[in-house]
Amino acid sequence: MALHRSESALIEEITILAGHGRDGTPDGIDRLDLRMGDVVSVVGRTGSGKTTLINDIELFANGNTPTGRTILINGRTPPPEYRDDPACNPIALITQHTTFLSDLPVAEFLHIHARIRHTPVAAEGAVERTLTFANELTGEPISLSSQMTELSGGQTRALLIADATIICDTPIVLLDEVENAGINRSRALELLRGYRKIFIFVTHDPRIALLSDYRIVLKDGRIDQVLHTDAGERDLAPIVCQFDDMLSHLRDLIRLGHRVTRSDVASVDVEKRT
Amino acid sequence: MKLVICAGTATTGKTAVLRGVVPRLQKRGLAVAFLKIDVQFAEEDELFAREFSIPTRKVYSGELCPDHCNVMVLGEALQWAERGGADVLLVETAGLCLRCSPYVDGGLGIVVVEATSGMNLPRKIGPMLSLADIAVVTKIDRVSQAEREVFRARIQDAAPTVRVREVNALYGIGIDPLVDHILATADVGDKLLLRGNPPVGTCTICVGKKEIGWQSHFGVVRALDNQTFYRGE
Repeated sequence: MALHRSESALIEEITILAGHGRDGTPDGIDRLDLRMGDVVSVVGRTGSGKTTLINDIELFANGNTPTGRTILINGRTPPPEYRDDPACNPIALITQHTTFLSDLPVAEFLHIHARIRHTPVAAEGAVERTLTFANELTGEPISLSSQMTELSGGQTRALLIADATIICDTPIVLLDEVENAGINRSRALELLRGYRKIFIFVTHDPRIALLSDYRIVLKDGRIDQVLHTDAGERDLAPIVCQFDDMLSHLRDLIRLGHRVTRSDVASVDVEKRT
Repeated sequence: MKLVICAGTATTGKTAVLRGVVPRLQKRGLAVAFLKIDVQFAEEDELFAREFSIPTRKVYSGELCPDHCNVMVLGEALQWAERGGADVLLVETAGLCLRCSPYVDGGLGIVVVEATSGMNLPRKIGPMLSLADIAVVTKIDRVSQAEREVFRARIQDAAPTVRVREVNALYGIGIDPLVDHILATADVGDKLLLRGNPPVGTCTICVGKKEIGWQSHFGVVRALDNQTFYRGE
């Protein structure tokens, strides 16, 4: 029997059963249960296997990927419908792609995607809301008549995030290095947190990592350990956010062709920005 | 004997897909034979023979189109595979003009298309897609999930009955369901029939007429402002 959106919304837990790294060394944990509402970071050096881990999740790995990991949903093997029918897929994956290859206008692309994800388009204006969301994240507005292939890197990532949040609207969202997206990252996090989902961020960003409930540390292709954000780190998080906001401020000034002075480093209004 | 015909335009990843399929079939205890049909160059037969120690052959279609060549040689190829003790014959072929398809009634037809090939591709490849049993989408790691799903929708719009299977053939991801489909396919009978109808026409170019313009040709012809029509006796 076909599953429907409402059923995939009943997901409460994803489980990662251990696989192994590139040299065959087993993951450092036997299993990891991610519960609804968890915000999780995946950290590690470039090439440590972060993207591979979220690909395992997105593919509902069943010992059939190079890592040998197994993914369970609500403690069970996911039904094949999750992969065979996009309308049943409980996962939205925002990849690092910064270009689209689809030779379609934005409106047509979003309408087709909404159709196969069974997102009500007419009643809820999903296509328009997706565009509005995307345009909150990017400095260069996207129009519905733009060709997908003409979008810049920032526009592409903004549209992918908006599409995943509004058109897919899945209980599980995987985001691969959103900080590299050339988009308004703080606004993205703020908008995303308005939804109750399992969020898994692959990230090099201390701000995202410390705002997570826990972080999965990857090394040489294997899960090395899982660190829960402790009380000390929670206290540090606002300070890290201040640093981060100061750097964003400097970045914006430089992008806009302004000079940077000592006061720009000191004048960050911490209260307002965090 | 089970017959699997795998079609797809050049460089889509047919060989990569079959390289994932062969060892999995062997693991399930099936003896595999492999036939490659190409126009003028192929070395997959040597590759498969070396890598999997299975009987392999190749046929260059040369003057014939690969689909036409397939019709000529397939019966004898099955006998050859049978003599070699095979349980499954895998045929890899590059259909070219997209007016017919190489699939045979009773065999399994697989078309391989790339996720990167553009949203209109499913509408362009005609019976190679619409008469297949399974459309395998390769190179899925090269596009976003959203594009993968929209590409799937475009395939299903063009060919509603074809099952879509997405694979990353380089890592063997998504190959197992294909193997299940092959295992579930019955043996082919003695009399083999091409699936679907071949295009109507006798090609005057194929028989050597070089003049440009429909006025110099006969049989099924076509003018710029007309649909195809028949000229001649």
